[in-house]
Amino acid sequence: MTDKKRIDDETGTETTGHNWDGIEELNTPLPRWWLWTFYATIVWGIIYTILYPAWPLVSGTTRGILDWTTRGEVAAQIEAVNLSNAEMTQSLIEVDLGVLERNEALHRFAVSAGAAVFRTNCSQCHGAGAAGVQAAGYPNLLDDAWLWGGQITDIADTVRHGIRSEDDPATRWSAMPAFGEMLSEEEIAALTTHVRSLSGLEEADPQGATLFADQCASCHGDEGTGDRTLGAPDLTDAIWLYGGTTEDVTYTIENARFGVMPPWGERLGEAQVRAVAAYVHGLGGGEAQVGTTD
Amino acid sequence: MSDAPLFAAREPIFPKRVSGFYRRLKWWIMGITLGIYYLVPWLRWDRGPALPDQAVLIDLANRRFYFFFIEIWPHEFYFVAGLLIMAGLGLFLFTSALGRVWCGYACPQTVWTDLFLKVERWIEGDRNARVRLWKAPWSLHKWRLRVTKWVIWLLIAMATGGAWVFYFADAPTLLRDLVTFEAAPVAYVTIAILTATTFIFGGFMREQVCIYMCPWPRIQGAMMDEGTLTVGYRDWRGEPRGKGNARRRAVAAEVGPALPVRYGAGADADKDTAAPRLSREGEVLGDCIDCMACVNVCPMGIDIREGQQLECITCALCIDACDEVMARIGRPRGLIDYLALDDRPPVLPGEHAPVRPFGNEVPEDQGAATGVPTPTAAARDGLDADATATTPIEGDPAPAPNAAEQPFTTSHSQDWTPTANWRHVLRPRTILYTIVWAAIGAGLLAALYLRPDIELTIAPVRNPTFVTLSDGAVRNTYDIRLRNKHGEPRDFAFSLTSDDDMALMLEGHAGVTVTVPPDATMLQRAYVIAPPETDAAQDERTTIGFTIRDTASGEEAHRETIFNGRGNNAR
Repeated sequence: MTDKKRIDDETGTETTGHNWDGIEELNTPLPRWWLWTFYATIVWGIIYTILYPAWPLVSGTTRGILDWTTRGEVAAQIEAVNLSNAEMTQSLIEVDLGVLERNEALHRFAVSAGAAVFRTNCSQCHGAGAAGVQAAGYPNLLDDAWLWGGQITDIADTVRHGIRSEDDPATRWSAMPAFGEMLSEEEIAALTTHVRSLSGLEEADPQGATLFADQCASCHGDEGTGDRTLGAPDLTDAIWLYGGTTEDVTYTIENARFGVMPPWGERLGEAQVRAVAAYVHGLGGGEAQVGTTD
Repeated sequence: MSDAPLFAAREPIFPKRVSGFYRRLKWWIMGITLGIYYLVPWLRWDRGPALPDQAVLIDLANRRFYFFFIEIWPHEFYFVAGLLIMAGLGLFLFTSALGRVWCGYACPQTVWTDLFLKVERWIEGDRNARVRLWKAPWSLHKWRLRVTKWVIWLLIAMATGGAWVFYFADAPTLLRDLVTFEAAPVAYVTIAILTATTFIFGGFMREQVCIYMCPWPRIQGAMMDEGTLTVGYRDWRGEPRGKGNARRRAVAAEVGPALPVRYGAGADADKDTAAPRLSREGEVLGDCIDCMACVNVCPMGIDIREGQQLECITCALCIDACDEVMARIGRPRGLIDYLALDDRPPVLPGEHAPVRPFGNEVPEDQGAATGVPTPTAAARDGLDADATATTPIEGDPAPAPNAAEQPFTTSHSQDWTPTANWRHVLRPRTILYTIVWAAIGAGLLAALYLRPDIELTIAPVRNPTFVTLSDGAVRNTYDIRLRNKHGEPRDFAFSLTSDDDMALMLEGHAGVTVTVPPDATMLQRAYVIAPPETDAAQDERTTIGFTIRDTASGEEAHRETIFNGRGNNAR
């Protein structure tokens, strides 16, 4: 394998003396600084593995004497952001929500934060686009129909205490009776026709109107326009929480609905509750605050 | 294993001072390029109070690039892409016409190395003095010279790194922050890195950067062809090389005049082209007197007479060095010159090749046999060849037995005329490159002048596609980006183009006018509401258009988009 090194005739270059079946290798030496650079990278690598997590162990890796982790870095970044936001967060907690929109910077801060809160906590039911799910009775938060009020303070209250939650004594509470046990099928059909006629989907039904006045008007109002203090929906508009077909309405009258939402006040904290309220209020259907003067 | 060294220490190179046309050209180019580099950040350009007044500024924080009257936004990065393509084509063009002209004249590595060499010569003296100093033991004198040189290099390197950061921030402000140690850490780190690289690359690595670190020599070598002008040695004219023996001059006169092949037809007849030089053995010699001037001035430490080499950056200093020697011995200039590889005397079948193969070193034994001297190691270092010209000594003439057999005396070659340089530059290949290059440039210019100052882009919100309101109306939501490239805030008035009577509402605004800050993009959410009975509310899709009008200038921008109605989704 190893021969004597010699000068190659063709090129005038010295050979390395390596010889494989007559094939020889020319020695064109690399610059020495290249070698030193290579050694430097090895030294760098050793230092790196001492400082940072590197060598795999049975569980996990060596920690490195700097004790650095990507998780730790993220935590530090979050901490830094929270710290830099502390002042704004405190302002948001203290501000009168009704006039939040007048403070443009704070409002923008609240809406941005609220968007993140919404995605994390609310989108599972209300959808990432906040359009709700009609089949499951999760309300669409984009439209201008509000069961319990569409002012920003109303929304914040709903988020804080939830709806029909047994965990929060201050929750919004009401319950519609299931009329399936109280009314005959014929009466329910008449009532269904009347309810649908309120928004112009069907012709009016006199029997249904009488039944409505007796059974429903106490909550939904004589005209069927609902009552926000009870969370009773407006039946005259074009929006149906659980669907407006004859089957849907019949089912609702027979069995009643009992939509619930957990209270978020404790879990999110006041700042995030206010932020998400500002976000939802700004989705297109928010109502102006009553009682504030401009 | 053998003990052959696999790694070699760097051979120090001591380029000698040279003067001449190319040296002067290089000084000029160095002055202009370094002047541009150091001074441009300090040029001012008024863009109004809201925008920076630095003529050339890469504002990374605000994502803007300012170049005199041009302002580039990130979404216009195609301008940068276009400029890069032009730079690439420009490199093709120059390389196919003039070889590694970039390496030789304009490359920062070459320019700064040249500057560092100038300092080195100024402090330590020319080649011989530097060689002596290099060999001398470390005395106080040597330390003083070395430290002085390093300090000056370091100052240049710091200025280089310092100038770089001024392109990324307002130069006067940054300079003040730098000297008061209030600038951002990244500025100091950048300066430190560029100072270190300039100092090491220009002072110590030099040709090692070109030979081992840089990919351009390989790439440019692939872009050249046999018609490309590059720095080369006219071996058919120079060989066989030798010091010559003046005592054989009279005899030589009888051999000539038969050497136009060396210069080509139409060569300067006044020059002493007729009388050949003869070696001590009476052999007819070429023009190369083997003075090593070309080797001594070479910053890459190579011998251009060995032909084209990877190491050659075509700095052309060997041309100057050789021209000076040719002038002194009364021969035409251009023994080493810009020439193309195909630009050489023809060889007829059955003849001696008048020259050895271009680019191949003559093996030592063959060189010895034909009397062509091969440079010894010492000669290549130039340590014993500092004299650039040897004056022939008058003496007794002697017969020249081999003279008649010299291959250069063949008569057919007298008709040979070298191709004019402009023919090498103006070739279909270079013309094509120029056309493509100019076309891209024209396209970029057109794009530059046609681009609008206000723009809008519309992203319809698709989750959900539409919202039914309590009165049965249908609402669509759009996220609209408004772009104001003016240096002052502008009011944009919205209007809606549609067949139906639809309502437009802007989130957070009572009317339909929004104010966009200067040189900024604003995100504005817009709601479009179609009343219940309109076609737009009932159809699945309707085309509508948004128009914004700059209330100050009347400029308009228009975009069409889709309005989603209930369509088949009707309850």
